[in-house]
Amino acid sequence: MGRPVSYNVNPKKETTDISMADMPEGHQGEGFFATSLNKVVGLARRNSIWPLPFATSCCGIEFMATMGSHYDLARFGSERVGFSPRQCDLLMVMGTIAKKMGPVVKQVYLQMAEPRWVIAVGACASSGGIFDTYSVLQGIDQVVPVDVYVPGCPPRPEAIIDGVMRIQDLIGKESLRRRNGDRYKSLLESYGIQ
Amino acid sequence: MVKLLTIAIKQPSNLIMLNNDRIKQRLLEKFGEQLSAFSEPYSMLTFEAPKEMNLKVLNFLYDDEELKFRFLTDLQAVHYPDVKGRELAVVYHLHNLVDNVRIRFKVFTDIHTPDIYTATGLFSGANWMERETYDFFGVNFVGHPNLKRILNVDEMDYFPMRKEYPLEDQTRIDKDDEMFGRG
Repeated sequence: MGRPVSYNVNPKKETTDISMADMPEGHQGEGFFATSLNKVVGLARRNSIWPLPFATSCCGIEFMATMGSHYDLARFGSERVGFSPRQCDLLMVMGTIAKKMGPVVKQVYLQMAEPRWVIAVGACASSGGIFDTYSVLQGIDQVVPVDVYVPGCPPRPEAIIDGVMRIQDLIGKESLRRRNGDRYKSLLESYGIQ
Repeated sequence: MVKLLTIAIKQPSNLIMLNNDRIKQRLLEKFGEQLSAFSEPYSMLTFEAPKEMNLKVLNFLYDDEELKFRFLTDLQAVHYPDVKGRELAVVYHLHNLVDNVRIRFKVFTDIHTPDIYTATGLFSGANWMERETYDFFGVNFVGHPNLKRILNVDEMDYFPMRKEYPLEDQTRIDKDDEMFGRG
């Protein structure tokens, strides 16, 4: 006879180590807290990234594991994976991008609203990887600017999470004026983006 | 029951089984000395014809009541850079679905005049395969309704599967040859 299944036989202690986002630097007193707008906006943005997965091969499978319950990217505020570029902040390119796919990646990037970030996951998206051949784009930075590269073939979910955390650092520290600056504009112009 | 079985076994013996020898015999009856290089690698009949005759041979294989090769399994090219004057081979894989027999049919062409008559009139499935063969080997299928690149980027200005081109991406500048043991 089968053993009856019983759940939660070992009472679980209440978690007390829930990590909260750090408070930005500032001045506080009774009933007020003053800090710079930069830091508040950065705090909000970095903990609510909406990723847009652009998964073309095995790195995409690792990303699925990253989104799953075991690794759980949702812990980093990226609960909501969007499949419309117009709603998303972070383009995650995972996998080999063929030259014919290059214009598609660029179009997806153009459809995203500013501010937007790009992470190249895996050797193929970063550099073409083992596919040094006539049909494969040798790194997506030939068509769109990339903020973080994640090495690995494919990278483990931990590496992808590390990449997302580095993106979070970048987002948290970004100046509100960066996207209007000349340097950023010339970067986009070098990719032919207005 | 025993009677039924004997009848069932006896019946096919009235017909001549379609085997490689029979196909070769039918082809030689029709085309004679124009077909050449008959061989049977892995027991699959293989032969070649002059490239101007490819449609005649395909039509005969298709229409003949006994041969009935009415399914084009595959069509592709091979580049033999060392065989001057017949560098490009176009290979047709045909299947007789009734008798379940397959054959392989080749035509060779000079790489400077890679003109081959299209098989799209006979097999609609050849449309895609001929575009692919054009894309990778630059075989010009005369009469193809829409002969343009299908898998590679439209801007590509060469035929990458020809052996005169290196496989590696030539636009790449950040690779140091010394790191790959070929400095």
